[in-house]
Amino acid sequence: MGGAWFVLISTGVVAATCLVSAVILLIAERYLANYGPCTIDINQGARKLEVQGGKPLLATLMQQQIFIPSACGGRGTCAYCKVTITDGAPPVAPTELTLLTPEELKHSVRISCQVKVRNDLAIRIPEHLFLVKQFTGVVERIRDLTHDIKELRIRLVEPAAIEFRPGQYVQLEAPAYGDNPEPVYRAYSISSPPSDQGHIELIIRRVPNGICTTWVFTRLKEGDEVRLNGPYGEFRLTDSDAEMVWIAGGSGMAPFWSMARHMREHGIQRPCTYFFGAVAQRDLFLTDEFRDLEKALPRFRFVPALSGAENDGWSGEKGLITQVVERHLKDGAGKEGYLCGSSGMIDASVKVLKAKGIPEDRIFYDKFT
Amino acid sequence: MTEHSAAHLLTILVSAALTDNILLTRFLGMCSFLAISRQMKASVGLGLAVTFVTTLTCGINAALYVGVLKPYGLESLQLILFIVVIAAFVQFLEMLIERVSLGLYYALGIFLPLITVNCAVLGAALFMTNRNYGVAEGLVFGFGSGFGWMLAIVLMAGIRERLKNAQIPAALEGPGITLIIAGIIALGFVGFSGMVQP
Repeated sequence: MGGAWFVLISTGVVAATCLVSAVILLIAERYLANYGPCTIDINQGARKLEVQGGKPLLATLMQQQIFIPSACGGRGTCAYCKVTITDGAPPVAPTELTLLTPEELKHSVRISCQVKVRNDLAIRIPEHLFLVKQFTGVVERIRDLTHDIKELRIRLVEPAAIEFRPGQYVQLEAPAYGDNPEPVYRAYSISSPPSDQGHIELIIRRVPNGICTTWVFTRLKEGDEVRLNGPYGEFRLTDSDAEMVWIAGGSGMAPFWSMARHMREHGIQRPCTYFFGAVAQRDLFLTDEFRDLEKALPRFRFVPALSGAENDGWSGEKGLITQVVERHLKDGAGKEGYLCGSSGMIDASVKVLKAKGIPEDRIFYDKFT
Repeated sequence: MTEHSAAHLLTILVSAALTDNILLTRFLGMCSFLAISRQMKASVGLGLAVTFVTTLTCGINAALYVGVLKPYGLESLQLILFIVVIAAFVQFLEMLIERVSLGLYYALGIFLPLITVNCAVLGAALFMTNRNYGVAEGLVFGFGSGFGWMLAIVLMAGIRERLKNAQIPAALEGPGITLIIAGIIALGFVGFSGMVQP
């Protein structure tokens, strides 16, 4: 009796309580959260899918090899994964309300990562999304561009070639590892030119505690197999001859590195000024490559700028990238703006470009956060 | 304290909701109170969810306490077991509401996971055992505590909606002025604390 008895019964009671709770939750998950098999009809019978209900529509479609663009990876922030649900749609969730316009709500447009498949659905998606593919590839090279930015060069294996327009992005799959229980997808712009069909390059900046970037920085090695899907995105060079203003920061370099090499390969002589913002000199990269490019394309100008306080020996532009644009850009009339970077940088840049006279529909960007 | 008369239960209810208000006299559940009271609609939603969860977890925990812990002299385990029960119950509730009523799920859904870490829910369960309540008393006490919490957050939300048009010294904007107001309301509630003796 006494001590031993107390320890024994304490352990027993704690274990029993946990066990009962766990069993109740398991039973609930089995019966309450189980929505059984559901059918998803796409584009009025063009495809019919038999799926297991209970997961978000975006993830369910992805399992069936239908890839809806999603830059944020299903977190309900980018509003890219819109689909039209013509039949069987659940009520609109509060998380969708902020991302949909009244017009879209009226036409049953929904954010597919926020809609759970609970019953049979009929949906409509753009035809070209059937063309988005799932690729496997092998990491051919990983190189450090700066202390916190790496370039990944991936050789495509299956399918072995990709067709895309410079400016588009792919979604890289970070597999389950460590505390991350299931694969996640994160969007990265392609930095290689489309002419190199058998490879793609990505520029990835380390995000503290980021699931995918931590995996790239700590686990991924040359020779490893990776999976990605794409291409997605409407961000691309227009067909006009208008003068361009490019603004980027950090890994926002990627789409422009693709566009710039594409322009050199095709001798596209559009006037262009590329403003690239960084904090200190150690954050600059590909500077020599862009200086070479300026020689090949006489109307292309590269303007790197540093915003940090201590930049001794730097003779280039100083200040926030928006201030630099403000100083350099005289009149925006007839010009086009191209942006890639953090949402804060994009918002600030849009403001500057509009103030300079570039209309909003001539300013292009993909928001990733 | 085994008396189950209606008057006794009513006394418990009134004291838990008003004179012994868990938020205003014990300052439990402060974090979500400060964060959510900015909007009236969200405050009502979270208040309803807290009331619901507190009522039922107090009932379950009272049964666990009276039925298992007390007979075996295991009162020292109450803290850890109450937490397990609350966490599991909230999970279960989330699944149930999603299945039964999507409208209610969307209205409460984002708040439900927050409730697991609302200390008022655990606080109510612990106060209840301090006072040796049985299951029926526990249910009533839980409902009273949750309702009192809802009352406090709705009061504050109403005041804060008015504050939007008030001129407040810059240093006191947001949580600063909210805490001061909470203190003043608390003074009012504490003033009545001797009137009802459960």
